[in-house]
Amino acid sequence: MRCSNRPRIKPGAGNYAGWPLMFNLDPIQRRRLENFKSNRRAFWSLWIFLALFAISLLADLIANDKPLLIKYNGEFYAPIAKFYPETTFGGDFETEADYTDPFIHELIREEGDGWMIWPLIPYSFDTIVYEAQPSPSPPGTRNWLGTDDQARDVTARLIHGFRTSVAFGLILTFLSSIIGIFAGAIQGYFGGWTDLIFQRVIEIWSATPLLYVVLIIASIITPSFWMLLGILLLLTWTSLVGVVRAEFLRARNFEYVQAARALGVSNGKIMFRHLLPNAMVATLTMLPFVLTGAIGSLAMLDFLGFGLPPGSASLGELTLQGQNNLQAPWLGITGFLAFAIMLSLLVFIFEGIRDAFDPRKTFR
Amino acid sequence: MSDAPDSPLLEIDNLNIGFRSRAGLAPAVRGVSLHVEKGETVALVGESGSGKSVTALSILQLLADSAEASGSIRYRGRELMNAGKRTMRDVRGDDISMIFQEPMTALNPLHTIERQIAESLTLHRGVRGRDARARVLELMHKVGIREPESRLGAYPHQLSGGQRQRVMIAMALANGPDLLVADEPTTALDVTVQAQILTLLDELKADFGMGMLFITHDLGIVRRFANRTYVMQGGEVVESGPTWKIFASPEHPYTQRLLSAEPTGTPDPIPAPDTAPVVVGENVRVWFPIRKGFLRKTVGHVKAVDDISLSIRPGETVGVVGESGSGKTTLGLALLRLIRSEGRIAFLGNELQGLSQRQLRPFRRDMQVVFQDPYGSLSPRMSIAQIIDEGLSVHKIGDRKGDRRAVIADALTEVGLEPDMMDRYPHEFSGGQRQRISIARAMALKPDLVVLDEPTSALDMSVQVQIVDLLRDLQKRYNLAYMFISHDLKVVRAMAHRVIVMRQGVVVEQGEGDAVFDNPQTEYARALMSAAFRIEAESA
Repeated sequence: MRCSNRPRIKPGAGNYAGWPLMFNLDPIQRRRLENFKSNRRAFWSLWIFLALFAISLLADLIANDKPLLIKYNGEFYAPIAKFYPETTFGGDFETEADYTDPFIHELIREEGDGWMIWPLIPYSFDTIVYEAQPSPSPPGTRNWLGTDDQARDVTARLIHGFRTSVAFGLILTFLSSIIGIFAGAIQGYFGGWTDLIFQRVIEIWSATPLLYVVLIIASIITPSFWMLLGILLLLTWTSLVGVVRAEFLRARNFEYVQAARALGVSNGKIMFRHLLPNAMVATLTMLPFVLTGAIGSLAMLDFLGFGLPPGSASLGELTLQGQNNLQAPWLGITGFLAFAIMLSLLVFIFEGIRDAFDPRKTFR
Repeated sequence: MSDAPDSPLLEIDNLNIGFRSRAGLAPAVRGVSLHVEKGETVALVGESGSGKSVTALSILQLLADSAEASGSIRYRGRELMNAGKRTMRDVRGDDISMIFQEPMTALNPLHTIERQIAESLTLHRGVRGRDARARVLELMHKVGIREPESRLGAYPHQLSGGQRQRVMIAMALANGPDLLVADEPTTALDVTVQAQILTLLDELKADFGMGMLFITHDLGIVRRFANRTYVMQGGEVVESGPTWKIFASPEHPYTQRLLSAEPTGTPDPIPAPDTAPVVVGENVRVWFPIRKGFLRKTVGHVKAVDDISLSIRPGETVGVVGESGSGKTTLGLALLRLIRSEGRIAFLGNELQGLSQRQLRPFRRDMQVVFQDPYGSLSPRMSIAQIIDEGLSVHKIGDRKGDRRAVIADALTEVGLEPDMMDRYPHEFSGGQRQRISIARAMALKPDLVVLDEPTSALDMSVQVQIVDLLRDLQKRYNLAYMFISHDLKVVRAMAHRVIVMRQGVVVEQGEGDAVFDNPQTEYARALMSAAFRIEAESA
């Protein structure tokens, strides 16, 4: 689009570094990318984290108590995606086939002359492993990380729980930074009374104790994933307001902002085009705290038993089980390592991003 | 002192300084040799980036860690280069003192004046208590601070710029140094104060019998005060000799260029003097309320601009001069309605007061502004094309992208830049080029009125001349009305048809340019003119 017009002025003008179009970043962005790459720890942390997150996104294909594919009487079935009553495979009930039942296995293998392809871990996060007695049972070849005190496979719960934690953290961070940046931008740009009133409201609002609010709500209803997200969002959006406000307050009288005003550019455009990029650096330094805080809050609520509904996969709940079953150290250790690795990776990544945006930082 | 009798006070021999960076060693000073004798004032002149400040800092070994220096710096025959910390501490502030450019940041805002002046006395002489106070009072008296007793407990923010610089000088002189290094000591000050400080330094030099190394870019000062002059360019000394000789017959082309680089000439006559004015301001006032107490009651006003009336006709330049804090910039912003004001403002016959920002937008196209700081007025995150395009897109000039790029190319050509620079970013350009880009941004909209807020003040002298020529040329071509705000009277004289002299928010004097410059009526205007043009008057 933009490039198609370039030859009108002078052939080859622009895109001067000879980069392919898709890498046509401006030099500042390119320098930041280089800086980030040259920080080996952050760079590798990013890839490890992305790999782990990608695996956890496929949790249903990796850890599930339904086979990926069944061949039965010459036909293919994919129970992971579709509901099949037991009668499909010659059973007695109209309910969904229980694929963990040896009886169903027999039906498919013997009578249907078929086979089943199972996921790597043949348990979902809520599958009760009846063979694991007594529960919690220690790690072994069947349950790699053992089972918890309700005889559920810890590996499966870990993968699903990691997904929940990260998704919760990312969504909460994303939403609360959007609201926070918006609120901070308005306050900083307009200043005066807008700023004064907004600030007092935020002070009162952020003095609300998170735990009590959740306790009260949890005593009335069982909060779901999205409801917890909403409650935490109400209380965490204020964390970014301060820095964004300060940046806007500082930059709103910069000469290039004045110049834009003199050109007749509207307030919204000035805020978005000239001031927001300034605020992004400060925001990025705060984001890791918001993200780890979000993951931590969910873990805390789960640990205390006021979080996600009972039975759902949750790292906080795993840690609680570790505390309740000190005789089964694999529970506590797994929970601890999961949090330690996840939070460390995130902190390393954001540290790298922050440094990459720092114009004064020089890299060897 | 056991120094050889014939060794000079300061001798610098083949000094090389470079700064380590990612790309390798960037040289800042190359093979500089100079010497300062007792009781002599030596000037080091050059434009920004010529390496003069770095040379000064290296004398006291105050360079940043990333600097690499070689060569020899001898004070009374004693080698200072790579001297130990203990030796340097003895020398600094006792034998050699330094005055810095910015008096606000060179003083500690949390300590009183007395404490800051006494500090080096205590350090080097062990003078304390009553003796120290007596010496501090003596010094303050010497540097011309009135009622020194009442000023002892003052903090830097309670003093004016000139007084702060006097305090800096008192600190530097506390131990009766033999050599004073003054790094642009008057650049941050207003002209009238500049003259006072320079006279003071000259008197003190005679009193103390000091040698002085004076670093500046202002040739007027050099001519008046320096015995000998070194001219620096790109880290090298290109010419040196007695000051009178350098000014009378400069040999190096750079020196010749530097000496001729002074905005000269007069503005072209106004083509049609009787046309209706572009902008009229009547009784414009900008008052900032001072609120006090719990109920924030307004107890008074800071009158930044108080009852000023002016009009500017097409093709005319109105110069607004005055010292810092006189309300020049505020007046300019008020006329463009970039800040709230009272009084009537009419632009091309339309009343601007009372219009909302949205209603003002169509007028914005015809009234533009160019700011002082070429580094701060361009967004570092946007390419030149995007910067200029911003105004074009607001006012829908050139509908298609291709048309707009043509308009942008034209605007750049007009200010003397290459059109293919448009996809580059501001940091790739020099100060003068950036100021041209700012001008191009304003001119692309083909305005009728341009407010020029100190457009040349941050630039080197030779670049100033180019910008002044460019502005005059654009004015002639498009019959533009300029409001030219500056504290630099020479530039204003070269630009303005009419002049307004402002002081503390009010007009002290106004009239035709020549009349105000040659025959100022009020005492304040006279003081201002004589401070600015005295050097010429004396040498003529």
